[in-house]
Amino acid sequence: MAHIRLENISKKFGSHTALSGLDLEIADGEFFVLLGETGAGKTTTLRLIAGLEKPTEGRVLIDGVDVAEWGAAERDVALVLQQYSLYPRYTVRENLEFPLRPKIRRLPKEEIRERVARAAKTLRIEHLLDRKTDRLSGGEMQRVSIGRAIVRKPRVFLMDEPLSALDAKLRESLRTDLKSLQVQLGATFLFVTHDQIEAMSMGDKVGVLNHGRIVQSGTPQEIYNNPRDTYVASFVGSPPMNLLDGTLVDGRAVMAAPGFELPYAGAGGGSGGMPKASGAEGGRPLVFGIRPEDVHLESGAPVEAIVHDVENHGVEKILTLQVGGATLRATVPARTDVRIEQPVRFAWNPEKVVLFDKESGINLRHVA
Amino acid sequence: MTQIELRGVQKYFGAVQVIKNLNLAIADNEFIVLLGQSGCGKTTTLRAVAGLETIDEGDILIDGKPVQNLKAADRDIALVFQSFSLYPHMSVYENIAFPLRATRKSKAEIDTEVRSIAATLQITHLLGLKPSALSGGDMQRVAIGRALVRRPKALLMDEPIGALDAKLREEMRAEIKRLHVRQGSTTIYVTHDQIEAMSLADRIVIMHEGVLQQVGTPDEVYSRPANLFVAQFVGSPVMNVSSAMLAGDGGAVSVRVGGHEKGFEFPPALASRLNGHAAGGALVLGIRPEGIVVRHDAAAGFLPVEAQIIEPLGAYDIVDLKVGSAILRARTKSGFVSGAGARVFARVDPEQAHFFDAESGQSLGVSL
Repeated sequence: MAHIRLENISKKFGSHTALSGLDLEIADGEFFVLLGETGAGKTTTLRLIAGLEKPTEGRVLIDGVDVAEWGAAERDVALVLQQYSLYPRYTVRENLEFPLRPKIRRLPKEEIRERVARAAKTLRIEHLLDRKTDRLSGGEMQRVSIGRAIVRKPRVFLMDEPLSALDAKLRESLRTDLKSLQVQLGATFLFVTHDQIEAMSMGDKVGVLNHGRIVQSGTPQEIYNNPRDTYVASFVGSPPMNLLDGTLVDGRAVMAAPGFELPYAGAGGGSGGMPKASGAEGGRPLVFGIRPEDVHLESGAPVEAIVHDVENHGVEKILTLQVGGATLRATVPARTDVRIEQPVRFAWNPEKVVLFDKESGINLRHVA
Repeated sequence: MTQIELRGVQKYFGAVQVIKNLNLAIADNEFIVLLGQSGCGKTTTLRAVAGLETIDEGDILIDGKPVQNLKAADRDIALVFQSFSLYPHMSVYENIAFPLRATRKSKAEIDTEVRSIAATLQITHLLGLKPSALSGGDMQRVAIGRALVRRPKALLMDEPIGALDAKLREEMRAEIKRLHVRQGSTTIYVTHDQIEAMSLADRIVIMHEGVLQQVGTPDEVYSRPANLFVAQFVGSPVMNVSSAMLAGDGGAVSVRVGGHEKGFEFPPALASRLNGHAAGGALVLGIRPEGIVVRHDAAAGFLPVEAQIIEPLGAYDIVDLKVGSAILRARTKSGFVSGAGARVFARVDPEQAHFFDAESGQSLGVSL
């Protein structure tokens, strides 16, 4: 159980700057997900907290105490990595007991047995306890690795892409398992991933990392509905938010390249408690952002497009539409009968349009 | 004009039977996707059609003629693999022209055909380049061009876009589909990715452990899975599957899940449609997350349930509902259920419910 705070952290590896001016706060008992592409600095951040790296500048605080001088062991954090790194010739039980064995811990045998039993029960691996770890499936091995972290009752769990090596179905079920585990333990989790679905579905809070900086930090809903800039807008969401260049003329969204127009609900919307965007009029170059589920096909709709691709998810279809030179995605019900190269007409939900400044890429609501 | 038929095909690797009595008829111009996990026999099936593997029993017919004893070269079938296997020292033009060299076509004829296929694939501007200068997607376009240039009877593709990154994979998938719409050659395509299969196929062939599980259009496979394997392999998040008890007293029929004291209401017709399956009332209920209706307030036919983990995925949420000892995952509007612990009311939509035999896992074919 711990509160973590990173203040103005910079980290350089030779001439390469991995992190610059990074501020981050993780509340006690929070499931925090650090989301970013390869090379964004996610793993470096995690290793700084674990004490495996030292920051070039800035401070790492755990429960308000600067831990600069603390070694990795003293920080009492548990690491779970993508590679399981279990002892192959040990049984699951021996693997779970191992972190409790060192003499410095001086744990009585009873206590060790009890902790292992409890971890095994939590992770539903009781039936595997006497099996050698090389006889386990990938998902089972990852559960055992997590179990090895749990038995220690660490202050913080640090997880570096623990699900990335597993297949899609297993990932889906371990996602909920991990989340309920965290709720059950009430522990502080820092979870690092490049997968935005993992971030959205598990995080109490998500921090989006780009080029060594936190671009936006907030609840999954905040990040999804009100992305701070076009980077976050296009990174979070699958398919990502549609981004179209254009200008606002007399309350209408006039697109640049393809030359089509759509209505826009007042300058800045102000719907759903969002702050109003300002300064959008006056021919300022803008980027219009609209989520695929807010684009609708209708026979009488204002704009014609050609269906470029149909991605069938069973429950729904994701269409790629082409209008002039622009491409946009629309999520439609599974029953919609559309074929490649068919002309369709579409509209968008004007309430849901997000405006970004063309030059800076910043969401106009965030500027204000 | 090419029909392909497999009749009673059996294939062993040593003692392991990798294809078990496979029967399949592929119509002219049809796009067939073989879908399954690794090791299910899909690639072996493809290679057997191509002539790269012998079969131990059965017939493979192309346009009604048995070809199982013909060499690969005499079957007039083109293959595209995940690895592009282009000749690195030859230009794109020479790579595409290569299969025509052995034919007795004149230089001018070859030139016309190479340029025509290059135009179809939109790679005319690349003709002078060496493969090393191409991106992954372009290399695969060239490989497809080389496969199609000699106008084979059929095109076989083995995970052709599996090695590309996610964005490029989507683009190439769309292109392969458009190419098929335009060229209309009989195609067999192998993949483990169910979205790829759902998006490309006229009909999907699902295999598991060498046994064909179901052949059907994407819609059939999704909406009427033949057995539990197909039900849980296609669709994400996976279909909820739970053992259930049928309870009925005269008029009303209900299906109890997870030992809950009350059951989900079903039309009385269910009892007769089950045709005496469900011995002692035991059966397996399958319901996709979108087939569970969730409300905030009580209503006839709705059971009070508790929400547990909620996965906000942006466009919608996946909510775990505790029904007795079972968890059913429901798809709701984003933010519909406030949080873990919330009391809501749920119903299983009878039209979207699936029933399977508890022993064999086969669908009972009930549709209400």
